Amino acid sequence: MGELLFQIGLFLGMLSLGYLFGRRNERKHYRSIQAREDELRSLLVLSTKIPPRSMLSHSSEMVSGSVVISVDYFKTVVAGLRSLVGGRVGAYESLLDRGRREAILRMQQEAKTLGADAVLNLKLETSRIGDNAGKGLGSIEVLAYGTAMIPTRASAPDNR
Amino acid sequence: MLISNMEVVPGKRITQHLGLVQGSTVRAKHAGKDIMAGLKNIFGGELSSYTELLTESRDEALERMQEQARSLGANAVVNVRFSTSSIAAGASELFVYGSAVIIEDR
Repeated sequence: MGELLFQIGLFLGMLSLGYLFGRRNERKHYRSIQAREDELRSLLVLSTKIPPRSMLSHSSEMVSGSVVISVDYFKTVVAGLRSLVGGRVGAYESLLDRGRREAILRMQQEAKTLGADAVLNLKLETSRIGDNAGKGLGSIEVLAYGTAMIPTRASAPDNR
Repeated sequence: MLISNMEVVPGKRITQHLGLVQGSTVRAKHAGKDIMAGLKNIFGGELSSYTELLTESRDEALERMQEQARSLGANAVVNVRFSTSSIAAGASELFVYGSAVIIEDR
């Protein structure tokens, strides 16, 4: 009997810790993502493969950004319950959204330090890491990469 | 050496294709980090030690690919792609490939 109570207590404890910290974490992360997105909005990110005419004499370099992000216990449980009935799993949607946007932001940051004005041919890759949470999602890695277009002296004045 | 994930390089002309080059690493997780990751699975958030580990490994795979390209006499690798696969619990393979080419100024 004591064993069972302990198990239930542990479960509820982990659930509430996950809920509190996970929610706080997510809000903080979204605020930070939005602030940095506003800041980096001038740096174009495109998924086109062919450079536009105005960038024909830019120099180029590959840039990438990645993030490993983990679910919280509350989300794991909610997603577990959701999988009984099927449908949208909002708990994981926001996790993947955060991961992708963070990875793109890091890539943009790298491009910015190189002095680039655009990143072309953006590719995104998502993979699942390990099996920490047992049956749950555990953590995901998102990688964003593309080619940064860096203006050179030849391309600077007349073409823009 | 120029690395790009586009098929064309602006301002440059590809004069010769030297074929596919590739590089890969298989990395396992550190047991201590795994415990930390277990805790993170309760609280949620970024696992920065993993982010670093994967970035390092990916850089190494890129380095191996460049080495191969250099030995072929290439001065650029274009159309580069990354690929990640988890091959066992706790280990993942990071793979990068592209076409080795010789470019010159247009």
